[in-house]
Parts: sequence; C-alpha cells; structure tokens
Amino acid sequence: MITAERKPLEEIIEYIRPFQKILLVGCNECVTVCAAGGRKEVGILSSLLQMSFLKQGKNLQIREHTLERQCDPEYIEELTNLIDGVDAILSMACGCGVQEISRRFRDKPVFPAVNTKFMGASERQGVWAERCQGCGDCLLGITGGICPISRCSKQLMNGPCGGSTKGKCEINPDVDCAWQLIWDRLKALGLEDRYERIIPAKDWRPGRGAGPRKIIREDLAE
Amino acid sequence: MEEFEPVIVAFCCHFCAYTAADMAGSLRLCYPANVKIVRVPCSGKVDTIHILKAFEGGADGVYVAGCLEGDCHFKNGNVRAAKRVTYTRKLLDDIGIGGQRLEMVNLSAGMGERFAEIARQITEKIRKLGPNPIRNLTRPLSEAAVQISKEQPSQ
Repeated sequence: MITAERKPLEEIIEYIRPFQKILLVGCNECVTVCAAGGRKEVGILSSLLQMSFLKQGKNLQIREHTLERQCDPEYIEELTNLIDGVDAILSMACGCGVQEISRRFRDKPVFPAVNTKFMGASERQGVWAERCQGCGDCLLGITGGICPISRCSKQLMNGPCGGSTKGKCEINPDVDCAWQLIWDRLKALGLEDRYERIIPAKDWRPGRGAGPRKIIREDLAE
Repeated sequence: MEEFEPVIVAFCCHFCAYTAADMAGSLRLCYPANVKIVRVPCSGKVDTIHILKAFEGGADGVYVAGCLEGDCHFKNGNVRAAKRVTYTRKLLDDIGIGGQRLEMVNLSAGMGERFAEIARQITEKIRKLGPNPIRNLTRPLSEAAVQISKEQPSQ
C-alpha cells in the first residue's frame, strides 16, 4: 500500500487559516489501512481543527466526507454535491488523491493534510516499512523475494557492502542488511548459485529515469 | 468570584472502574458530582475521537479508567487505552487545550474507595487548571452524556 502520515497540525492550520468553510476529504484505500487519512482520521482532524480555531475565536465550518478512492475520477464526482459554498478542500489522501481533486475542482484551493511516504507493508500493528520503490523492472525473481532497491540503503545490485555487520546495515542497527537477507533466503532455498551471478548495472529508465511514467492499456483505454 | 465547577467525563470500563463506582455508592462514599461516567465495555473501546468529542462538547477534563495491568477482561484493552491516551494528550497539547486535562487511571472492581479518591483528585486538578479554553464557545455536553451519568448502577 501507499503509506502516509498526517502533517504537523501547525502546517495544516496555516493552510486553511484564510478560509471559513472547508471540505475535509478522506480516502477508504491505502491511507485508511495505514491509519493516516481514513474516515476515522477525518473525524479526528476535523475535531482538532474545530477546537483549535474555536480557541482563536473562529467558528470554522468543516464538511467531512470519505471517498471510496481519491485516485479515481468516478469517485471524486461524489464531491460535486458537497462542494457548493466551500472555500477550500483539505485532502487526507496520498498525493495522487490530492492531485485528482485539484484537477477536477479547478476553482477551489486544495491542500494536503498528509505527507505521502512510501510503498510499504505492515510489519506488525502500527508499524509500516518500505518494500518497493516502483523501479519498473522487478528484480525479486532473482533476489530471493527480497528487494535490494527498496531495502538496501545503497540500492546495490551485487551486495552486501562493507557496512554490513552481523546482518545489520551501517546506517542504523535497526535496519536489516538487505543483501544478508537475500543470501540467507537463497541459501535456505538451495539457490546459492543465483548469488554468484553478477547482476548488470540497472537501467533506471523504467523507473523515474525517463521522466513521469504512464501505463496505457490499449485494450482498456477509451 | 464564583468557584469554577469543572465538568469531567470519565470513560469507565464495565469490568473494573464502573463496578468500583458502584461499590463507592454502596459504601456511601462521597465523590464529586462533577464526574460524569460513561460506561464502556472495555477501556480499549475508547478511541481518540471519543475523547476529543468530549472536549469539543465542553468537558474540562476527561479520564479513561481501565483495569489494573494484566487484569484486562479482554487481555490488553487497558494497555491499548493507555497508549491512545498518551497519543491524544499530545494532540490536545498541539491545539492548546492542554494534554494535562486527560488522564489514564487503572483500578480494580473492588476499589470503591480508590474510585472516589481518583474522582476527587482529578476534579481538584482540573479545578486548578481552570475551564477548557473553548468551554463557553461550544455547545454544552449532549443530553445523552448527562443521561448516562444519571443512570443508577443496577441493584
């Protein structure tokens, strides 16, 4: 999922300070799962903002709504019934959702309420860790299912480096050395020979190297 | 000047604090009428939004009362509640309401006297802190919340 964290309240407050009526929009997808911008977080942020402005003598009006998905235009249409009289929109979705809303409602200022972080997985309750960088050319098939792009601090193709100590990365003893994990896994699978093969320098063009990316499925596109 | 009478909302776990309040009543112990009890099935049921809504409704103080550590009827609801309280205290600090208006307490069903003592201590603490800064700017606590506080413990 795409992970996110709520922005500091001061930053959100400064964005919406000039406005009277706000539409606060959550998203039922990734940001709900990582407890950053779902229905529950919309309620909490709404309550916090209302109290914060009340304390300063301002009665901020907030309309709350959580969409099934903010990155899909068909769901954003739901907002047309709620947009009248609203001065600004505050989105709790990832950057994709914020941009889709600002593309649809061009006459309303749109502000992000979360910082979008990374594509990650849930390690345990309340803990999310980076697992994918969307490099566009997945290597997991030759690295024992462990990604050296997202999990090695240096994104090494043929690791580990000299900073790997007792299975941990030199940047932080809490960070596993991805190449140690890869070696352990390949060994457990009896695929040590895979480790011997040199992986050539990575072509970053399928990643961000060739500018913004787009997927066009001719069989689906209209 | 008339002394400030705080409104305090206490989210009390059915298996400990609520029963302790019942016991305080049976023992004819006095505790301040400022404390409005909301019975919950477990302190772990209390979410950040419930606490914030209490403050938004004008409460001057809130506390969540759960079982003693290790004694939760649902294993660890009280530990979760304590974490949420810590998190919510920070949020209240961030918006200038003051995290010290919120507390987590732990007690067992047999601690009637302790319940009354906690109610007195927290009422005094909030009295000293003064009113919730948005108390008079918002709507009063809902009738429902007041109604719950009036409910008599079952005989």
